[in-house]
Amino acid sequence: MKTTNIWLLVFILAIFIFGLWTVIPLDSDRFGRQGLTLGLDLNGGSYLVYQADLSKKDPSQTNAQVMTSVISKIERRANTFGVKEPVIQQQGEDRILVQLPGEKNIDEAKTLIGQVAQLEFKETTSDSSGQPTKDANGQTIWTVAAATGSNGQQEVLTGKYLKPNAKVVLAPNTNEPQVAFEWNDEGAKLFEQITQRNLHKPLGIFLDNQMISDPTVNGVIQGSGVIEGLTLKEAQDLSIELNSGSLDVPLTVIQEQTVDATLGADSIRKSIVAGAIGISLIVLFMLLYYRGSGLVAVCALAIYSVLLLTIFKLVPVTLTLAGVAAAVVSVGMAVDANILIFERMKEELRGGRTLGAAIDAGFSRAWPAIRDSNVNSFIACAVLYWFGDTQGAFLVKGFALTLFIGVALSMFSAITISRIFLMLVIRIVKNPWFYGVKI
Amino acid sequence: MIDIVGKRNWFFLISLIIIIPGIISLAVRQLNLGIDFSSGTTMTLQFNTTVDQSKLRQEMSNLGFSEASIQKTGTGDYLIRVREISTDEKNSLISGLNKDMTDNVTIRDFETVSPLVAGEVARNAGIAIIVTSLFMLLYVAWAFRRVPNPFRWGTCAVISLLHDVLIVLGIFSILGWAAGVQVDSMFITAMLTVVGYSMHNTIVVFDRIRENFGRGISKDFAVTVNASILETIARCVNTSLTVALVVLAIYLFGGTTIREFMLALLLGVIAGTYNSICIAGPLLVLWDRGLAKSEPKSKPQAAPTAA
Repeated sequence: MKTTNIWLLVFILAIFIFGLWTVIPLDSDRFGRQGLTLGLDLNGGSYLVYQADLSKKDPSQTNAQVMTSVISKIERRANTFGVKEPVIQQQGEDRILVQLPGEKNIDEAKTLIGQVAQLEFKETTSDSSGQPTKDANGQTIWTVAAATGSNGQQEVLTGKYLKPNAKVVLAPNTNEPQVAFEWNDEGAKLFEQITQRNLHKPLGIFLDNQMISDPTVNGVIQGSGVIEGLTLKEAQDLSIELNSGSLDVPLTVIQEQTVDATLGADSIRKSIVAGAIGISLIVLFMLLYYRGSGLVAVCALAIYSVLLLTIFKLVPVTLTLAGVAAAVVSVGMAVDANILIFERMKEELRGGRTLGAAIDAGFSRAWPAIRDSNVNSFIACAVLYWFGDTQGAFLVKGFALTLFIGVALSMFSAITISRIFLMLVIRIVKNPWFYGVKI
Repeated sequence: MIDIVGKRNWFFLISLIIIIPGIISLAVRQLNLGIDFSSGTTMTLQFNTTVDQSKLRQEMSNLGFSEASIQKTGTGDYLIRVREISTDEKNSLISGLNKDMTDNVTIRDFETVSPLVAGEVARNAGIAIIVTSLFMLLYVAWAFRRVPNPFRWGTCAVISLLHDVLIVLGIFSILGWAAGVQVDSMFITAMLTVVGYSMHNTIVVFDRIRENFGRGISKDFAVTVNASILETIARCVNTSLTVALVVLAIYLFGGTTIREFMLALLLGVIAGTYNSICIAGPLLVLWDRGLAKSEPKSKPQAAPTAA
């Protein structure tokens, strides 16, 4: 055996042992990666695509600025809400992809994340009798409260003048939940003027044009205040939203997928059973049809599977149900290259070559077909990845990525691992029958 | 020696017999589009008590979803498809069901797609298939650049690949109205995988033709092609068999979620194997002889072998 081959064998065994150490047990902590990263269709969770209405943005800002700002606010909200490892990304020009893995209270998280949370104060005008002016339907007419800012201009008082330290408190007397907030200097200045002119009159507190409460102003207030009339849950959400800041533009959900964790667990169990059966059938077929060569292929396949799992764990590749399917299918494809090589080898053996020469010829002559066919698979994977990416189909992307890794690794496995093993085996067994040739 | 190339018209006929009903179905009934393409909401509901499908249908229409499609997917599990609904509508639907059926329904899977997204998916799927075919055509032409007319090889490979796509599309169109099988973005994924995999065997055959052509085993191109097909037939069948085995295993045991995906893959693998043995090579011969000349030449050749 040539020295390069010996080194190659050592290298293969080294990465195999490294792979085994990395993936066994599966949930072991290696290089900061604990277990395999499972997609939300396997682990449970929610996948949301929001469409931002950029026509409602502040004209002085660019689209990119608005999107960056909205995304960072959503991140803050998700983190404060306690979502574990949320994924929040911009998609295309005006869409935001939000993945909330394992989230139980998905509807609450969704509302919290997607709400604009524009806080405004509104005042009334008094009619001749001193009562608030009402419209024809008897509804009080509210107008947005503004006051003179430090630049001498009329400024509307909104949530943007709040310090990011709003918190939920319980009212001392009633134990009702309240959100306590503090204004920054500018906000305090505006709030002072507004409370001054609305003394002993109601002041409406509005969130996204929905009135939360309309307390009567009992004194001139500057720096801080409380918002009443909320349930505990609403108060908690409001404090998170006020602290993250209101979203620059309204968002609507245009795509959603939410999977219950129990369904995911079902899928995992079924995939493992199906994968085990499928791979066993391949092993059986290879052993029966190609005998000794088949055994070599099966060993190569075992190394291939361990390396595949190692890559999945270390990259980490997020495994979806489709990704698991791709991984199993790629095992089926990984033996393809072996089959091509073994068939070629058999031909060369029948043609009267010695075992060593037949192996060399088998590998070198099967190579163009293996290369060309796998390049076509790469093309398909690349286009699939693009397709999945543009439409935000994480299942499609997961499939494409996993299949790509699988096909690339299978080429390495067939060309290097199988060849080295065969080189080793022919030193021990010299009977052509062992390599699948009829004699 | 078995004469596959000489019987090519029979094989073309077999393909047409499978493809034409599919094309008619595609023209008349199109595909049964899932929510990825047509927008809407699907959800898998799990009931704790035994629920009768007709009773569930009744309840759904009482709650204003008379158009809902309801399918049993497991013990106590129902897959429900309705128009696109909001979170509020979802909540009132679930509480309505809980109240009327005195149950505690769990939503195991909830998926909703707005028309905004749905239109793009269909367009992108079309682009994806075309772009893939184009790149493969270019690659095959490049890989066979040393033989005469490389683009002919690329084109034949792509035609045989579209043959597989048409077979799977046609069968799914028929299954769409016959068995309610819907087409979603995972179907597109299956199609592109089929496209990639269908090339594998075609390349194996073409590679052998390239090799035998270079060695000059026969002056007759048809004989070269036929010999190459026969030499590679075992490996084409075996490579497909290994993939088909795992796909079949996932189809049977992998759960309902990816069953249709696996069915599309399985059909594609079968079609791809048939085509690389019986269609792709003979197409090359057909082109080599020219469409007009092929008829009189192939007939006397086919007659003795058929007899």
